[in-house]
Amino acid sequence: MYESMVTAMRKVAVVAASSRQEEKMLDTEVEMMIPLISKVREETGLNQTEIGFTCSGSSDFLAGQAFSFVMTLDAVGPVPPISESHVEMDGAWALYETWVKFQMGAIDTALVYSYGKPSPGSLQDVLSTQLDPYYIAPLWPDAHSIAALQARHLLEQDEISHEDLANCAVRAGTVQSQEEYFDQPMLADPLRQADCPTYADGGVAMILAAEGKAEELCERPAWITGIDHRIDSHHFGVRDLSAIPSAKKAASKAGVYDAGIDLAELHTSYTVHDILLRKELNLPLDPTRSSKNHPIKAETLMASGLLRIAEAARAIWEQEANRVLAHATSGPLMQQNLMCVLSGEKG
Amino acid sequence: MTEIQIPSSIRNLEQVQSVRTPIRMEYTFTPGVAAQTYLREFGNKKILGNVSPVDGAILVPPRGADPRYGVLCDEFVEMPHTGHVGSFCVTNVPIPGRELELPYISAWIFLDGADIGFLNLVAECPPEECRIGMRVEAVWKPDDEIGMTAENILYWRPTGEPDLPFDEAGVRGWHVRKHGDSDA
Repeated sequence: MYESMVTAMRKVAVVAASSRQEEKMLDTEVEMMIPLISKVREETGLNQTEIGFTCSGSSDFLAGQAFSFVMTLDAVGPVPPISESHVEMDGAWALYETWVKFQMGAIDTALVYSYGKPSPGSLQDVLSTQLDPYYIAPLWPDAHSIAALQARHLLEQDEISHEDLANCAVRAGTVQSQEEYFDQPMLADPLRQADCPTYADGGVAMILAAEGKAEELCERPAWITGIDHRIDSHHFGVRDLSAIPSAKKAASKAGVYDAGIDLAELHTSYTVHDILLRKELNLPLDPTRSSKNHPIKAETLMASGLLRIAEAARAIWEQEANRVLAHATSGPLMQQNLMCVLSGEKG
Repeated sequence: MTEIQIPSSIRNLEQVQSVRTPIRMEYTFTPGVAAQTYLREFGNKKILGNVSPVDGAILVPPRGADPRYGVLCDEFVEMPHTGHVGSFCVTNVPIPGRELELPYISAWIFLDGADIGFLNLVAECPPEECRIGMRVEAVWKPDDEIGMTAENILYWRPTGEPDLPFDEAGVRGWHVRKHGDSDA
């Protein structure tokens, strides 16, 4: 049924990653990113002139200033001039652009980073501005309420239950027990605080390298054996809120089902999204191995997706897993989905 | 192009040309370590620079980083209030948000000892007399109007001292001092 595209592609691996998250950071984006970027360059022994391509992801709406990513290049050091690009998206999409550049044969090494500092602004307002500017954004619906609309839809259809939400909250670590979950008052009915993300400032930096180079830089490179991203309509009205076709399609294309998955690092910042995505991908609702750092507890817009890929790579470097799915999402109600399969085997 | 069919009830009304959906968002800006330190001391009429840990270059104003190499700068140095014009521009059109007498001179000012310049106004100088290498000094606002803001210095005026040689002024000075005749 599915046709994965992974066979004939150039092999690229994640060879180093560094991240930092705090609920409210007083450092600037530059001050935050310099130690992270320095760390991955030092770990691999690469200086900036030896890195073929640099790509980042961030959002001016979080920073509250235009072309904010240009200032953050102070953390990279573009002297002498570097080959560079930026996406106004989560860093996972910067990684995708970089992966394409590897496929073109243009580069052997790359620096990918992304960051988000929502604390200076009102994040619920910022998130409203990503909605349809004519009909929805002027109503300023907040992200929790939109997630609750979807949760209500799924509950009434018996696609999910309140028990599922409670179990997911316990697994993600936002509550210790079901009792604690059901004791919480409703935040955006039918969602409680434990169903919704805690936002954090933070960033992540990563070095990628192609076959031939990756083995020199890392003892056990985390090979990207498949990667794909797809988008659903921005218009809630034309979407079936009980399905995520873009996630399913991206998973098939990335070869998720070609073999078993040891661990799934899912970028799901609401319990309801975690459950729905697991159902869509045929992943167990009670996985034996779960993310050590569930994004619902520290959601850093623009970085959480790339951080999932970093966490997946870490699991491979530390031999905790051999084949890991990393997922990133962007847009309202998981509108855009990226799937990346990482493996300890080059394949 | 497809003909748009307008319902008869609104057929004689003026067509909508644009839709306005104003958006306002507020941010509590966090300046970070370097800008905080700089602005606090600027409020005491002191100008600070960062010292690059790589080659000792002095960067004014400090941003907490040497942007050439992507390294943190946490060493500060106090700068003199004198320098030279690295390059300049005479502008004859008004600037939004500021009331300036036309024409005005915007210049790239290099403080004595600094390795990079910054943009500021030059005044008390007829535009035709402004030149690269001209020595200037800061003219501060009255003490009771000084705050933690970039507006503390009203403008820079000529000191009348001999000019810096053209080859040593501004960005050229940077290359002469740091790289000699190399092609860096």
